[in-house]
Amino acid sequence: MTAATLEIPRGRALRTRVSGDDLVKRGLMVVISLYLLVALAAPLYVLLSKSVSTYEFDLTAFELQRSDESATTWSEPKTVATLNEEVGSVITPDQLNTGSDGRLSLTDLYPDFSFRSPVMYRIRGTSDDAAYLVGSELHRGTEWLELDSNTFRRVVIRPSASLGLDNFVAYFSTPALAQSIANSVLMGVISTVLVISIAFGLAYALNRSCMPLKGFFRLVTTIPILVPSLLPGIALVYLFGNQGLLKGLMMGHSIYGPIGIVIGSVFFTLPHALLIISTALSVADQRHYEAAQSLRSSPWRTFWTVTVPGARYGIISAAFVVFTLVITDFGLPKVIGGQYNVLAVDIYKQVIGQQNFEMGAVVAVLLLVPAVAAFFVDSAIRKRQVALLSARSVPYQPKPDRGFDTACFVYCSAVALFILMMIGVCQFAATVKFWPYDLTPSLNNFRFDLMDGGGWGAYYNSIVMALLTAVFGTIIVFVGAYMVEKTDGFAAGRTLFQFLAMLPMAVPGMVLGLSFIFFFNDPANPFNAIYGTMAILVVSTVTHFYTVSHLTALTALNQMDREFEPVAASLKQPFHRLFFRVTVPVSLPAILDISIYLFVNAMTTVSAVVFLYSTQTQLASVAVLNMDDAGDIAPAAAMGMMIFYTNVAARLLHGIVSRLLLKRSQAWRQR
Amino acid sequence: MGNTIMTTYRAAALAAFATALSASAAFAQTELTVYTSIEAVDLDRYKQTFEAANPDIKVNWVRDSTGVMTAKLLAEKDNPQADVVWGVAATSLLLLKSEGMLEPYAPAGVEKLDPKFVDSSTPPSWVGMDAYVAALCYNTIEAEKLGLTPPKSWKDLTKPEYKGHVVMPNPNSSGTGFLDVSAWIQMFGEDDAWAFMDGLHENIAAYTHSGSKPCKMAAAGETVIGVSFEFPGANAKKAGAPIDIIFPEEGSGWEAEATAIIAGTANLEAAQKLVDWSITKEANEMYNVGYAVVAYPGIAKPVEHLPEDIPSKMIENDFEWAANNRKAILAEWQKRYDAKSEPKG
Repeated sequence: MTAATLEIPRGRALRTRVSGDDLVKRGLMVVISLYLLVALAAPLYVLLSKSVSTYEFDLTAFELQRSDESATTWSEPKTVATLNEEVGSVITPDQLNTGSDGRLSLTDLYPDFSFRSPVMYRIRGTSDDAAYLVGSELHRGTEWLELDSNTFRRVVIRPSASLGLDNFVAYFSTPALAQSIANSVLMGVISTVLVISIAFGLAYALNRSCMPLKGFFRLVTTIPILVPSLLPGIALVYLFGNQGLLKGLMMGHSIYGPIGIVIGSVFFTLPHALLIISTALSVADQRHYEAAQSLRSSPWRTFWTVTVPGARYGIISAAFVVFTLVITDFGLPKVIGGQYNVLAVDIYKQVIGQQNFEMGAVVAVLLLVPAVAAFFVDSAIRKRQVALLSARSVPYQPKPDRGFDTACFVYCSAVALFILMMIGVCQFAATVKFWPYDLTPSLNNFRFDLMDGGGWGAYYNSIVMALLTAVFGTIIVFVGAYMVEKTDGFAAGRTLFQFLAMLPMAVPGMVLGLSFIFFFNDPANPFNAIYGTMAILVVSTVTHFYTVSHLTALTALNQMDREFEPVAASLKQPFHRLFFRVTVPVSLPAILDISIYLFVNAMTTVSAVVFLYSTQTQLASVAVLNMDDAGDIAPAAAMGMMIFYTNVAARLLHGIVSRLLLKRSQAWRQR
Repeated sequence: MGNTIMTTYRAAALAAFATALSASAAFAQTELTVYTSIEAVDLDRYKQTFEAANPDIKVNWVRDSTGVMTAKLLAEKDNPQADVVWGVAATSLLLLKSEGMLEPYAPAGVEKLDPKFVDSSTPPSWVGMDAYVAALCYNTIEAEKLGLTPPKSWKDLTKPEYKGHVVMPNPNSSGTGFLDVSAWIQMFGEDDAWAFMDGLHENIAAYTHSGSKPCKMAAAGETVIGVSFEFPGANAKKAGAPIDIIFPEEGSGWEAEATAIIAGTANLEAAQKLVDWSITKEANEMYNVGYAVVAYPGIAKPVEHLPEDIPSKMIENDFEWAANNRKAILAEWQKRYDAKSEPKG
């Protein structure tokens, strides 16, 4: 027999078919990726390029000539560099590195310089870019400029831009700035450990006990998210400041500094951590606990082998969220930090105080480090995360236990008391005439039109901005999370998307705002038109708060078994039917949480929008900052309380809507 | 007869109506985007007074603190959004001038102003409105509790009795803070000034980010002495704060609030009209409501709670020197005092 007869005809090459559904999913993912690229990556790139743009004096860029005393004979034109060599480098190489605002005087080049002498000077650039000042008048170019001695005294040359890591070197060699890194990390670690412990306890009590007043505690523990992060700072001043109500509790320590930063950070990050851990704890499989019980495992052992591992992903996510929130928040340390320097306030000082955008960008780069770490840790853990809610799961229902429920109740009450006290003192200070000398009730502090910050108009703008952010943000975030979670294959695209979605958490709002200016205010940018409008505020806010919303959506989606998709596909159901009939209803609690999260954060955010608002779009939260900055602390507290009332109203509305919707769509969770 | 009166009335009414019509048609209003750092209380008053005098121009304010405003203007360098800056520190305007961002313009009547309120170039790039002058806010109630005596001079502030009771603005984030430091160097000379600040630093409880905050902290009893300027002091006193406003005897640094046209504005004519009006006697009388010192000589009336002789306390302030040495001074200040990371008790 010949070999040919043995051969089986080749079949078609095997290839995973990309269905129409997959194409649509990938398309949507690309659209949302593009959004994140334009609203985050590109502006950030522009800003980062600032961090490596250095300024140095180019001594070869200027030529000088000098006359004799009769002002008739002129010396040969020489560059500043040559002159400097001739007089033995009076301008040292150290002096050449500078910032964008650097100025260098030239009179030292002439040891016999006297401003009274009749000697004349000429200066010009060797290129069109060379810039120098006479007094404060800007000159450029290669035309000779003739000056008398007294005017030449006022000549300073300006640096030219180049690329390099000099800014980083300068940053680390300034002890005050380098110390901020240690301070920030310390604050972040202490606050994170405290917040995660407290939040886990709360989440556990809320999800796994049968204590009374759960709804009340749920409401109270979300209070901190309803106010700008400056407000706990203001509250701490009123409680523990030099005129504070509870000053005695400080035992001589000052609230201005690390103590204030930690207490305030615990207050304002608690709801963020609680949202994530609670989502992780809210879904559990009853069968695991039944199995533990039948194996006679002690409750303690069950806790460590079933409960904690189940919530592990949430805990670690929450830890990174809290850590980055603490080190990137600038409102709180600005109000209560005293002389304790932290990175976020450094950005503020560099950018606002010294208009040193390059150095601000350097600090921004440093703040990116924890986020990159978070991304890698996060993805490592996600690989090991097992879906808790499979198609066969039995939802966990807590059973009453008197001792345990009482302990939970006492614990939650203590936390609630702390939160209510912080808010209460602001409420009190906002409604008295002149703290602490005249405590008669008065609404003077609510006359915002007489203060900095845009008055009542700013307040109404904030509401519009928050509504737009909630609607568009929720759609973008949830669709994005679904596509990245439930798309098969396309690994590179999903990893990139995941990275983009994690990035906003690490980008301090102030840096985001600044990068938006640089990116969107460039006339060559096709998106230039949104600069100065409400749209840029909404885009920056959605982007700024993308990560937590994304993680919330992912946590919810993660808990849905991936079997749903193949089952739907095998039944020839298009993915959008599954999405709208199963995924969205099952994830409804998370979706509602995301929208309210975006709304309240849009109401409270300061740092991202402080550079982006315009005449027509001033915001309430920025007004709080500006009023506190100007020392009008009581009106700042009053505006903070207005934001609080609004968010409470929104939260109540959210509660009612949730209850109605959940009754319809979540009945399957009950037995 | 009656008929004639009716006719006259009707004619008058018609004429008035026609005028109103043509007025609204002819004055297709020019809108000016005006960046400012003036106190929020004054925004509406300034706008209304100006628009009453110039009905064809509408002012759209963008207000923020001096530091934020300067940062915003510099960030928008290549695509300016503002037409005019009206009420921003002269030192900041010098910074913009050295970036070539200001349109030089000599407003009508500029020669009537006190020359120290006008940019030295011809034509000037900025013209001044009024000045705020460094002063101490001293809380008498808290001082009494602690048994302190009021300071008379800057040098008094280094006395050990004030340890932990002085708050001043950080020059790295506050224009007022920088004006204090630059004034001390100009008054005492470089070496003495730094020696003085070394001593002062020992007594400082906190460096704030804004210039008015130290005074408001003193007003609220959070500190005893706030190094600030006179305007918030007068306001706090009006609101009932137990403070004295002290002008140190060596003299006080000051800063001019000034007006300038942003180069490249599409509304140059309207911008010039605004600058013209900003230096009129009428405008200066308007500034005088809050500010004791204004650019137009001889018209200032005393402001409640402030002494009449403030101009005599103002030092000869060299804005150009301050702008050109700002970076070096701030770096030195930061090296000396900002390295302290621990809070003071």
